Amino acid sequence: MKLNRIFKIIFLAEFIKAIIIAIGEIFKKKKTINYPFEKGKISPRFRGEHALRRYPNGEERCIACKLCEAVCPAQAITIESEERADGSRKTTRYDIDMLKCIYCGLCEESCPVDAIVQGPNFEFATETREELYYNKEKLLDNGDRWESVLAQNIKLDKPYR
Amino acid sequence: MNYLNIFLNEVFKISLLLIPILVSVAIIVWFDRRVWGFVQKRKGPNVVGPFGLLQTLADALKYIFKEIIIPASANKIVFILAPIITMTLALSAWAVIPISEKLFVADINVGILYIFAISSLGVYGIIMGGWASNSKYPFLGAIRSAAQMVSYEVSIGIIIINVLLCVGSLNLKDIVLAQKNLWFVIPLFPMFIIFFISALAETNRPPFDLPEAEAELVAGYQTEYSGMMYAMFWLGEYANILLMCALGSILFLGGWLSPIDIYPFNIIPGPFWMILKILILFFMFALIKAIVPRYRYDQLMRLGWKVFLPFSLLYVVLTASFLIYFDLLPNTGIQ
Repeated sequence: MKLNRIFKIIFLAEFIKAIIIAIGEIFKKKKTINYPFEKGKISPRFRGEHALRRYPNGEERCIACKLCEAVCPAQAITIESEERADGSRKTTRYDIDMLKCIYCGLCEESCPVDAIVQGPNFEFATETREELYYNKEKLLDNGDRWESVLAQNIKLDKPYR
Repeated sequence: MNYLNIFLNEVFKISLLLIPILVSVAIIVWFDRRVWGFVQKRKGPNVVGPFGLLQTLADALKYIFKEIIIPASANKIVFILAPIITMTLALSAWAVIPISEKLFVADINVGILYIFAISSLGVYGIIMGGWASNSKYPFLGAIRSAAQMVSYEVSIGIIIINVLLCVGSLNLKDIVLAQKNLWFVIPLFPMFIIFFISALAETNRPPFDLPEAEAELVAGYQTEYSGMMYAMFWLGEYANILLMCALGSILFLGGWLSPIDIYPFNIIPGPFWMILKILILFFMFALIKAIVPRYRYDQLMRLGWKVFLPFSLLYVVLTASFLIYFDLLPNTGIQ
């Protein structure tokens, strides 16, 4: 046993084995991707940038129930609401502080009308902090931009909710 | 006028050597990172230029535009001198390396001694950098580096004696030409392995990168350096690695000689073989970096003094006895 070990050390057996393995690894398929040019697959449940969705007729979904504001563990959401002329309650203000947000997805889960959702976009870095204080306008705009993907994701994730 | 001519001629010759070396250092850095990435199943740098070949150039450009920060408590003159010394020494050793039978800057009769002297001086750049930074991590890194480089220089020196016994000359050209029939890697194979491992330690490469062990010493002697001064350390380090690869191929792998002296091989010019051998050795350097963990400091010292030194001394005795017994001692013309 001991002789065996000495032979192994003298002939650098472990090193030779390691070198053979390393050369083998060189020709294997790479696990990484060329990030900005190709992107990894994202689950439909991915919790990225927030968006406020609309109904197909253009009416905003949010009914200002403030469940998301209540559930938000980081208290990143601020909502103010009032009754509109047609009697429906709608938000006048819907702010998310994206710097406070921890992307837990509780707002999306709590929403009874699927209004606030977290989309697949994770590339929204900005150069100033102010740009990350999202208001209602920005969130609705996000919703419009990502609507097709958001609807698809909600559909795909429905059986597991 | 005549002197000016000679001066300009020399400058031309030197720049003809230095520019390809700096370019190949840039390529070798890219190659190193790429091999490292490939072994870890990453892609490595592949965005700047074709296959990312210009990555090092982009890095260098970044370093040039960065601010050079000199710590307030540093010894400014020594602090600035250290990277300059490192790079100058690393590049000046290249003067005697023959790329082919006719391609070299200086053909001096004690070429191997010259290289040895210059690479021993290399430790000054590091210890000056570490001391002048006036901070603990660089100082610890520099001390480690000094001890390590001195220890392994001894075993490299004794390994080279093996080769010199077989050649009978200190001229690098003679060393290569003596391998016309048999590369020294075959009779001196254990010495080649020990030379390779000592070269890793000599150039502070993993698994012997203790001077810059990032887990303990931040970046060792380079911690306080920034901008172009850091880049110069880095350049010097890689020029040293390349030099060690070139030395290995000259001492053991027959320099510019083709592996077999038959038709399709001996047509290919010498520099091609030389560069190929350097690249193969460097590939091993890069591979080793990817596969081995770092040595502990006492293990490093034990390996150098208690294993490599006695073993290479023993091999010197063996080689000498063999040469004398079979009357193979090279004719040096001194008798």
